Amino acid sequence: MGRFIARRLILAVPTLLMISFVLFAILALAPGDPLSQFAANPAVPPEVRENIKRSLGLDQPWPIRYVKWVMAMLQGDWGFSFGSRIPVWDLLKLRLPNTLAVVGVAYLVSLIIALPIGIISALRQYSLMDHISTTLAFIGFSLPTFFTGLMMIVIFSVKLGWFPFIYDSTLKVSDLETLGQQLKQSIMPIAVLALFQTATVVRYTRASVLENLPLDYVRTARAKGLAQATVIGRHVVRNSLIPVVTLIALTAPTIFSGAVITEQIFRVPGIGALLINSIQNSDTPVVMAIAFTFSVLVVLFNLVADVVYGVLDPRIRYD
Amino acid sequence: MLKILYWQAPTILNSHLSQGTKDYDASRLVLEPMAASGPDGKPLPLLAAEVPTLDNGGVSKDLKTVTWKLKPGIKWSDGSDFTADDVVFTYQYMADKATAATDSNFVDGIDTVVAKDPLTVVVTWKDPNPNPYQFGVAGQSNIIQKKQFSEFMGAKAKDAPGNLKPIGTGPYKVSDFKPGDVVTYEINDQFRDKDKPFFKQVQLKGGGDATSAARAVFQTGDFDYGWNLQVEVQVLNQLMQGGKGELVTATSGNVERLLINFADPNAPGDQRSEPTTKHPFFTDLNVRKAFAMAVDRKSMAEQLYGPAGSATCNIVTAPTEMVSKNTDSMDVCKYDLAAANKLLDDAGWAKGSDGIRAKDGVKMSVIYQTTVNPLRQKEQDIVKKGWEQLGVQVELKSVDAGVFFSSDAGNPDTSGHFYTDVEMYTNGPEQPDVTNYLSGWLSTQIAQKSNEWRLNNYHRWSNADYDQMVNQLRTETDPAKRRDIAVKANDLLVSQVVVIPLIARASPISGKNKALQGNIPNPWDSELWNVADWTKTQ
Repeated sequence: MGRFIARRLILAVPTLLMISFVLFAILALAPGDPLSQFAANPAVPPEVRENIKRSLGLDQPWPIRYVKWVMAMLQGDWGFSFGSRIPVWDLLKLRLPNTLAVVGVAYLVSLIIALPIGIISALRQYSLMDHISTTLAFIGFSLPTFFTGLMMIVIFSVKLGWFPFIYDSTLKVSDLETLGQQLKQSIMPIAVLALFQTATVVRYTRASVLENLPLDYVRTARAKGLAQATVIGRHVVRNSLIPVVTLIALTAPTIFSGAVITEQIFRVPGIGALLINSIQNSDTPVVMAIAFTFSVLVVLFNLVADVVYGVLDPRIRYD
Repeated sequence: MLKILYWQAPTILNSHLSQGTKDYDASRLVLEPMAASGPDGKPLPLLAAEVPTLDNGGVSKDLKTVTWKLKPGIKWSDGSDFTADDVVFTYQYMADKATAATDSNFVDGIDTVVAKDPLTVVVTWKDPNPNPYQFGVAGQSNIIQKKQFSEFMGAKAKDAPGNLKPIGTGPYKVSDFKPGDVVTYEINDQFRDKDKPFFKQVQLKGGGDATSAARAVFQTGDFDYGWNLQVEVQVLNQLMQGGKGELVTATSGNVERLLINFADPNAPGDQRSEPTTKHPFFTDLNVRKAFAMAVDRKSMAEQLYGPAGSATCNIVTAPTEMVSKNTDSMDVCKYDLAAANKLLDDAGWAKGSDGIRAKDGVKMSVIYQTTVNPLRQKEQDIVKKGWEQLGVQVELKSVDAGVFFSSDAGNPDTSGHFYTDVEMYTNGPEQPDVTNYLSGWLSTQIAQKSNEWRLNNYHRWSNADYDQMVNQLRTETDPAKRRDIAVKANDLLVSQVVVIPLIARASPISGKNKALQGNIPNPWDSELWNVADWTKTQ
């Protein structure tokens, strides 16, 4: 197992280098530059913009900029944001808690809801409960977050006036009252994200459990006289979770990268909002940092998924 | 607490390194210039005791020296004294090329800035400057503290902690700033006016989109002030029915306009749109007139802009006293398709079997470009419809704004390259003085390959009369004569159809809660320019 992990990690290095190169190339070759905002503003003439470009090091050809970026990255220097002139890492540190509080919580919530629902609706296939959960799952699956988000704002903020739709990141949770405020302001974005994520996981879990139920080993277990709970809990669920683990492992990195649309709609100052704003402003160091960290996480979580397979399924061995 | 909503989030609070309006405005609660630019374009003293003028001797007769007297007893929010040295330092900071200040053009042409005594600053220009307020007035000349920034001039500018937490003389000071998200301010207890400001705390939240910002101000009333709420007229009207807020607007000098290309965008090779070439039909005044007369700017204003702009046939739309009253009666300013068709008939452009006019084998076909923007695409449709009724073939093109406005000499799609027949965008004077703005049509300003398309005359138009007028404007000091020249220059550009003005845009186009008082819309300075006076009735 140790050798397997080590081999995979070594293999990841060229992969990540390749990814970073492609990312950087796309950003460098895309039209627009960090100063295009100024251009729309007649107060900033071209000479001034050229001068700013020089001061940001953007007058050099992009392959050179890429090499510099890699060198700095290897030393742990993520560069500084063109927009705020502060280290990218400081900016990420400000955003990460908000993303975890909303996207992370939504992720957990959806897993907690989805796994039992998926398992139960598979066990009681075609029951009323199965029909309801399937219908809801399809709705959650097919409604885009920008639509559910806006619907919720119109209903709960504008019409009913229950929840604020502008996230206040200055709120510090110190007592029950502020905790209540925090819940009030995060409930809508969490619900929007959880709805979508839950729907996906429910579908996967249900399908996977259904696939396992008629198999021979389940019949054997039952024939041995094992209790229903043991059959389902020890055998069926454990085997059915393999595809679900893949799904979770592959989507878990999105907790870090944030939810671009939802964060934008509810003005949650998370990583997703930072990413989209940085892309719009061609704030390359920030975009690179987020996109690259995301790729590292994807590679890592793939490895984690492979390791978890081994735990779940004794037939899978890596030695 | 005063709650302000900007749908673009401030990322830096040192206005000299700002990335746009959001940063200028967010810094303005803390940093101040020597004088604000008032709603009528006239300076109002802030840190200065009085505004220097020719009459009070603050501006020298040769327009080369401007002497600013500062108010005594002003303190920075850290308790130290504000002096003339801070003003001199701010100038040096902005002028240092390595600082890469985004407002460095406001110190262009300055020879020296000297502190004569702790309360007197003398600005000397290299050449006579008809605009003595280029430096010192409005947010681009915000004064920063020497003590805080002296170690961070030039290349080290980016390392200054003060960029995120500047010490200022303004009514509020920063208590917390999360770049790209929210700024929290509290009262600056050192502020010179002991009775102001009126809010204990101010929160400036950023991010999101204009529509939901309008919703938060007009419908739910969650925020007291919302910046730049230009959304579709129908949507805006519907949101305003929420009844919680009202619009804050003023006519600005920014004009949405069509630019006519006098050079040939289809010339072969590197001759494209070079001033040595001639446009196949736009060199004929009657053709240009016909194009101008087929533009329905009124529908455009009513259907697309609403409160955000009004139809105009002037290229100078503010300050009020500089605006020409002659253009309304000009034939080129009237929407008259019949007359326009007749002009083209008379000029010998006959309609072919396909309905497109042609003359001597040249088809009257134009490419018309602007930026990618839903509003602009609708404007394009209105203009296209008018021109098609003249028998002109119109091909629309839209370019990403980042490319269109970029200074990239290698990109053929920039507004400066102007490789099309007509293009459309908004521009205006950056200060109430229009000299620099009108200089953009000088024949010495023609954008072309040899200057990497960096100059401002994108039309490739040259006219000796116009050149003479603007050069006269550079040295004239008498206000009445200056006004006359500006009006004449405006009228010449319009009557010669160098440019077809469309919409005088409003600025600001913001929204405020009905209970918020003291806000005065001002197109010439940050819209938060008098935030010290804002109050809220319960």
